Parts: sequence; C-alpha cells; structure tokens
Amino acid sequence: MKKSVSNLNPLTKKNFITLLICVVIFAAVQFWQASGSMGSLYQGLLVPICIYVIMAVSLNLVVGYLGELSLGHAGFMCVGAYTSSLFSIMTQSTISNSLLRFAIAILIGGIFAAIFGVIVGIPVLRLRGDYLAIVTLAFGEIIKNLMNVLYVGVDNNGIHIAIEDSTKLNIDYTNGGKIILNGPQGITGTPRDSNFIIGFILVMITLIVIMNFVNSRTGRAITAIRDNRIAAASVGINVTKYKLIAFALAAFFAGVAGALYSHNTASLSATTKNFGYMMSIMVLVYVVLGGMASLRGSVIATIILYALPEVLRQFNDDINNYRMLIYAIILIVMMLINNNDTIKNKLNQFKNNKNKSPKGKEPETVKEAEV
Amino acid sequence: MALLEVKNLGISFGGLRAVDGLNLQIEKGTLYGLIGPNGAGKTTVFNLLTGVYKPTIGTFALDGEVLNGKSQAQINHKGIARTFQNIRLFSKMSVLDNVKVGLHNNCKYSAFAGVFRLPSYFKQEKAMNKEAMEILKVFDLDKEASVTAENLPYGKQRKLEIARALATHPKLLLLDEPAAGMNPNETEELMQTIRFVRDEFDMTILLIEHDMRLVSGICEQLTVLNFGMELAKGETSAVLNNPEVITAYLGE
Ligand SMILES: Nc1ncnc2c1ncn2[C@@H]1O[C@H](COP(=O)(O)OP(=O)(O)O)[C@@H](O)[C@H]1O
Ligand SMILES: [Mg+2]
Repeated sequence: MKKSVSNLNPLTKKNFITLLICVVIFAAVQFWQASGSMGSLYQGLLVPICIYVIMAVSLNLVVGYLGELSLGHAGFMCVGAYTSSLFSIMTQSTISNSLLRFAIAILIGGIFAAIFGVIVGIPVLRLRGDYLAIVTLAFGEIIKNLMNVLYVGVDNNGIHIAIEDSTKLNIDYTNGGKIILNGPQGITGTPRDSNFIIGFILVMITLIVIMNFVNSRTGRAITAIRDNRIAAASVGINVTKYKLIAFALAAFFAGVAGALYSHNTASLSATTKNFGYMMSIMVLVYVVLGGMASLRGSVIATIILYALPEVLRQFNDDINNYRMLIYAIILIVMMLINNNDTIKNKLNQFKNNKNKSPKGKEPETVKEAEV
Repeated sequence: MALLEVKNLGISFGGLRAVDGLNLQIEKGTLYGLIGPNGAGKTTVFNLLTGVYKPTIGTFALDGEVLNGKSQAQINHKGIARTFQNIRLFSKMSVLDNVKVGLHNNCKYSAFAGVFRLPSYFKQEKAMNKEAMEILKVFDLDKEASVTAENLPYGKQRKLEIARALATHPKLLLLDEPAAGMNPNETEELMQTIRFVRDEFDMTILLIEHDMRLVSGICEQLTVLNFGMELAKGETSAVLNNPEVITAYLGE
C-alpha cells in the first residue's frame, strides 16, 4: 500500500528505461567502432548527435515542462561555445591535463550560458506565448551577432576585449600577445577535446539532472505553472522565479552543448546555421516530434532526425534524390504518432492488451464514475 | 479582532463597479457564506482577496496584517487559499502531485538537493507523500492518488481543488461554488466534508454557493451581494428571511 501510493516508482522505471536505451545505443556504437566497419561519415555524426540530444533534452525543459515557446536556445549554445573555447585557449599552457581543462571549460560554458539565460529571462519571461517566442528569437540572434563583432585578445597585461575592430584591443604583440576571438572570423585553435565518450557522459548527466529536477519540488512547481499559472500562484508559487530557474537550467545545458560543439571543430564562428534561429527551430522540431515533456522522445527524435539526412545522403542517387521526401514523410509520421490522440489511444490500447489484460483496471474506473 | 477584516473594498472594470464598498468581518472558525445573483461580484471578491485583482479602493487584512497590494503567492504565504469556480487543476499531473504542489512551501528543500538527491530530498518527499495522502483521505481521494487530475470525474475534481488549497496550510479557505455541478448525494457528502475540514483543521471558511440547501445547512453567517454592494448580512436564518433578500435574490 505505502509503496504503490508513492508515484515515484513508475516514474523511476520510465526514466531508467530511457537511460538504459542510451547505454545500449552507446554500447552498440562502441562495438561498431571496434569492429572497424564504421565509416568516417558515421564517425563524424557521433559527437554532433550528443550535442543536439543535449540541446533537445534541455529545450524540452522549457517547452515541454514549463510550457513556454523559446526560439533562442541556440543563442545560449553560442555563449557556451565561445566562453568555453576562450577558456581552453587561454589555459592551454597552464592546465596540461586536457580532460580537467575540458571539464572546467564545459562548466564555464554552462555557467555563462545560464547567466545569459537569467539576463534574457528576467525581461522576457513576463511575456507569454507568441510574444515570448518572438522575443527569444530576437535575443538568440542578438547573442549570435554580438559574437561576430566581439574581439578578444591576450598579452602580458592580461585579457583585452573590444567591439567592432581588432586594433581597438591594443595588444602588445611583441611579447607573444595574440588575438583569440577575431570578430566574424571567430576562434581558431580550440583544442579538439570532444569525443564520443565525453559526449555520451554529458548526455547521461544532462538526462539524469533534468529527470531529477523535473521529479522534485522545483520541477513540480514548474509543471504546475504550465498546467495552470493562476492556480500555481494561488498555492503560493512564485511564477516568475520558477520560470527563470527552468529557463536558466535549460540555458546551462545549451551552454554545455556549445562547449562540446566548439571543442569538436577547428574553427568556430557564429552563423545562422550553427547558432542562429535555424538551429533553434531545428532543435524545437526534435522536441515537438519527440513529444512534449518526453525526454526519451527528445533523445530518439534527435538521433533519427539528425542522422537520417546524412545517412540517406550516402546511398546511391536513386535514394539520394528522394532524400528530403523521405525525411519529410518521416517527420509527418512522427508528428502524427505523437500529437494525434486517436493514434495515441490506439497505441496505448495495443500496449495494454499486450502487457496485461485491462480487466483489472476496469471495475476501478466504473466505481469512480458512479460516486 | 476578526480573522478577516475587509473595509470598503471595491474595484471597477472600466465603468462597471463590480465590487463597491464591501465591508466584511469573519471571526476565526466561522463558516461564512457569500451569496447573491449571478454577476453580483462574488467571484470578484475572491479575486480581490487572493491578489488576482488589485482593489481600486479599500483594504483587507488577515490577522491584523494588511494584504491588499501583495501578489497572489505572497497572499497565499500569509494564509489565504482558494478554489476556483471554473476548476483550475494541474490537469496533466497526478492527483497526488496536485496536492504536493499545494505543500510546496511547507516541505522545503533546495533545487540542488532535488537534483543531486541529497538526504533532505528523501526526507521531505516522504513527509510530503505522507501528508498529501492524509489530506486526500479526508476527501476520499486516496485511492485515486496516481490518477491524472483531468481524468477524475467532475465532483472529485472539485474536491481535489479543496484538498490542494488545504495543503498550503491556510488560515482562511475560500471556496467558489464548491457544489456546482454536483448531484444531491455528492452535495450532501460535500457538506459533511466541509464541516469536517472546519472542525478537524480548525479552519475559517468563506464560501460562495448557489445551492440553498448547502448554504442554510452549513453557513453560520451570510453576506448577500447584489450589483457589487452588500444587500444584507448576519445570521443565516435571519438573512434568508429578510424580505429584501427574498425579493432581490431568492424571489427571482
Ligand atoms: N476581469 C474583468 N473584466 C471586466 N469585467 C469583469 C471582470 N471580472 C468580472 N467582471 C464583471 O464583474 C461582474 C461580477 O462578476 P463575478 O464576480 O464573476 O460575479 P459572480 O457573483 O457571478 O461571481 C460581472 O458583471 C462581470 O462581467
Ligand atoms: Mg462567480
């Protein structure tokens, strides 16, 4: 009785299965790699998939659990990418242990992104619905564009930061001074510390943290705000505060994804495709198709939808011509499965029939209705 | 001193004076009824007392502390909890979680402790589960603890709203048409539950209701509103026999 009353158990089981799926996929990929038959195309997809899984899972916190539409998630990824890269380059000579350096860089990327999340969130989270979507979109673009006019250099006198022009940095080049972030050219020479194992570990950490968060007092407050803002306030929940917490935590993990991204590329620059609205919308597509407030859905949708176009690309021309068509059809099918109640009910019925006969449940619901 | 002291409270929407100079004193432990025809301003009074609307004139105080101007959340912290005429549950959350959200400020642990599953998380969650189940039991909802709120039958949803409000440990409980949509059996049962809550939790309750059987059955004092203004007030039986009340409200 006591055990069945606590709803933690089925939830824990659900989360456990999600984590298990990730581990199984990871193990399968490890086998595949070890067998030597994994082509370079697939190798190249591994870290990006981890990056976008982290993006989708964290965005789901805002869209699925908080119930607010944010179109600026890539902006926070951008902040994480740049700040972590700057840190890694500056400390490359002082911190020799690359793993330790990368771990700190990831934390710094996450923390700066979270700070931006709070700065953006304070004015923006007063808005709702379409307004919030538009303003977050704008903020994401502003962050991206800011990085394109930012110049950062170091010399013996310390760190120099300027806007618009590298000459304004006043760097003393004679003593090994150099520009690290060179406006639109971005950052070159970030140590390539990212790899699939680190990516996988970060995915697991993100999942566990967000699962625990959602299934805690704070997470319940956030879900309550989504379900009914006025009722949540009426039971003493500070709506703005909890919205901000969710937004900042999601931004933190976007920053972590950004760090993974910038340490996986030789030269980092901010474009519409990597940190602009295109990316924000792509991640939103993963979240929506994977299912609101379904972390497992976000993981699976991201893997399928990110890998699919790339995988289809390598087949012969016949299939390649239909690449986008196949992609579109899969998008539509996933959308139908996730957001169509009739299909959902059918699927659930199917599940119930398979698992256990629904007879055990029926009298209970009848009794409910009678009272 | 009365628990709730409302002085000259009023609000206008454009030209409409939805509530106009309301005075109300509710003693601790009273079951107080607020009645009146549709559109009289009853729900608006609740919205004023819970901070959904800010009053244009007047003040209200709970236990001597002036609360007008404070936010919804702050007013709840000070001890006023409510239910809604149009049910507002956390519809996608379980029945148990709905009550646990109500317990939010009574069993505290940090977000950090929640994420990293520190001992305080387990301790407080256990305490929350225990108390939430006890509250659910009062409303005969304990067997539905894991049901999603939106799947509850209507009458039980109304009860769950009361349970959730009670979980915030209020001093004053505001119930907006708790029996709306219930059949006579359910209403009878609800009357007993409301009385039980008052006695067991030592609660002060202000309720809006149209069901005269419920009003005359459990309310000790009444205020009748008409066009935002007080029409009559006093002992239930006296008010219900007031000829003015009968013509303005009961007669129609
Ligand atoms: N937010 C609002 N804006 C404009 N008019 C309102 C608002 N809330 C309530 N009213 C008006 O105030 C009057 C009283 O409404 P209400 O308090 O809901 O009545 P009831 O006594 O039936 O609960 C009605 O005429 C209603 O239309
Ligand atoms: Mg009303």
